Amino acid sequence: MEKLRKWITGSDFAGLVILAVVVFVVFPAALDVFRLNLVGKYLTYAFVAVGLVMLWGYGGILSLGQGVFFGLGGYCMAMFLKLEASDPESTKIQSTPGIPDFMDWNQLTALPVWWEPFHHLPFALMAVLIVPALLAFVVGFAMFKRRVGGVYFAIITQAVALVLSVLIIGQQGYTGGVNGMTDLKTMLGWDIRTDSAKTILYYANGVLLFVAILACRAVQRSKLGTLLLAMRDKEDRVRFSGYDVANFKVFVFCLAAMLCGVGGAMFALQVGFMSPSFVGIVPSIEMVIFAAVGGRMSLVGAVYGSLAVNFAKTYFSESFPELWLFLMAALFIGVVMAFPNGLAGLYESHVKPRLGRRPPGGSPREDAVSAPAAAPVPPASRPVLRAGTPDAGADGGAPGPAAA
Amino acid sequence: MSSNSDFVLAIEDLTVSFDGFKAIDALTLYVDKGELRVIIGPNGAGKTTLLDLICGKTRASTGSIKFKNREMTELAEHEIVRAGIGRKFQTPSIYENLSVFKNLEVSFPRGRGVFGALRFRCSEDVVARIDEVAQEIGLHDQLQLEAGLLSHGQKQWLEIGMLLMQDPELLMLDEPIAGMSVRERELTAELLERICRNRSMIVIEHDMDFVKKIAHKVTVMHQGKILAEGPMERVQSDPRVIDVYLGH
Repeated sequence: MEKLRKWITGSDFAGLVILAVVVFVVFPAALDVFRLNLVGKYLTYAFVAVGLVMLWGYGGILSLGQGVFFGLGGYCMAMFLKLEASDPESTKIQSTPGIPDFMDWNQLTALPVWWEPFHHLPFALMAVLIVPALLAFVVGFAMFKRRVGGVYFAIITQAVALVLSVLIIGQQGYTGGVNGMTDLKTMLGWDIRTDSAKTILYYANGVLLFVAILACRAVQRSKLGTLLLAMRDKEDRVRFSGYDVANFKVFVFCLAAMLCGVGGAMFALQVGFMSPSFVGIVPSIEMVIFAAVGGRMSLVGAVYGSLAVNFAKTYFSESFPELWLFLMAALFIGVVMAFPNGLAGLYESHVKPRLGRRPPGGSPREDAVSAPAAAPVPPASRPVLRAGTPDAGADGGAPGPAAA
Repeated sequence: MSSNSDFVLAIEDLTVSFDGFKAIDALTLYVDKGELRVIIGPNGAGKTTLLDLICGKTRASTGSIKFKNREMTELAEHEIVRAGIGRKFQTPSIYENLSVFKNLEVSFPRGRGVFGALRFRCSEDVVARIDEVAQEIGLHDQLQLEAGLLSHGQKQWLEIGMLLMQDPELLMLDEPIAGMSVRERELTAELLERICRNRSMIVIEHDMDFVKKIAHKVTVMHQGKILAEGPMERVQSDPRVIDVYLGH
């Protein structure tokens, strides 16, 4: 048992180390700055996918509106950058110098009050985390307290994504409309468009991603992680064990939203613009595909999923632009039908058994059964949490009530 | 409407109707401290609905449910559990993907808030309690086994164990021996006798031999009402009970 535990933790650790090598060594060494920046962009989606592993894989809550939180985080960052790019000197040809160009085009003559705090970087950074979490809290609280779940929740999140993208596009004077916020230039005077800045931002993004993964790992290992799995399996049992189930759902929804916000902010910094095309329904569903392809139970898998799908997207949309959407759909259907646990699941079932049989006695399950029964469980014992396969239904489904 | 009493559970004038159909009809029931009450009755008599009402799964239309003189009808499910009422469902309701150990650990009544759960550590006392409960339900050798691999009977015991982790003052079991072998039934009867020593219990059961073995007092329900109540022998010879339930 002891060996088994170490081995599992070891393989967990190994997966993280390999990912770290790939992100921090292989990519920077193999790619030019342009391509590295592209990978950096893909990795901002990985934040969303990691959040979805927590929300969907662990919590059994499918949100088809994660683009909303990605967008909010991105816009919070972009607002700061846009204000910095709109100093009176460089906007002197406008009829009202000192305000963002799109406001000027829309006949605004003063900066809206709610834009003012975004002059300050600390405020903007806080907003990147808090604004998405706050919206997630409001939506989550309203839905989960009323026990709205499964497909209904997914539809509500779609509606939120639609509403927000329509709102952003409609309020052109305040948000830049369908073009979004473009021409983001500097952060506290540091030009983010140079090659060195792009490299630095790539590394910063990578470090933040690892912080996010480790934080999520800590949540998974805590009792809260166990409760999420338990809720997905038998929600009523958790409720009738004295837990307020809705609070845990709200928490994990907010956590996922916050991660999206960070991803969005890093996107705005690395790509240099933010637009409603990352907020709506289609991008939100794409984000779910990243997590599904990577494996919705695997944090590390989610990163590979984001990379793989986006590489494919870039390649195919360059080569066969009209085919891409069909390929994407086929990919999603294929994943759901053929390997529901994604790349991580394929690795678990096909690659791992062939890599030296390190655990004595074969599969963990057999090992667990044959463990000396009388041995008292050590206090630090964290019995192995295998990534259980959720039911075919993506929503995790509420268990049927006991028949009367 | 209802007054305070020494009863652990005092249900008075409880009614619930679903679209005009009264599943529970002006029912009054008292359970003593340390009592093991068995509820029997034909299908559709409202037995499970009664448990649903007590644990808050279904809301009462009118009437009162007092647990240790505290009104339960307005509380949320988790608050009722925290007040000390545990409930086992009819079909074994356990976390199949988690180990037996984890199943019990999750049921330990500490760290029940979001941040409490984040900070929760499986300390010595938790492990000790899990060991104790696992011994009690006879699953000590299976602690590391995935719960989904347990036999049906063991799953039933595990769910009882998960309730014992919370040390409830009132334990409600819905058909605990359904689908069990003869040997498992005997073990379950012994288990219930042991765990009943310092708590009250309500058990719904159909197996008359089993009921005879464990019941202190039997309540017979029929069409949402109480048909008869008392010791098993008396209830068994009640002509009305024979008529609607036991058969001639």
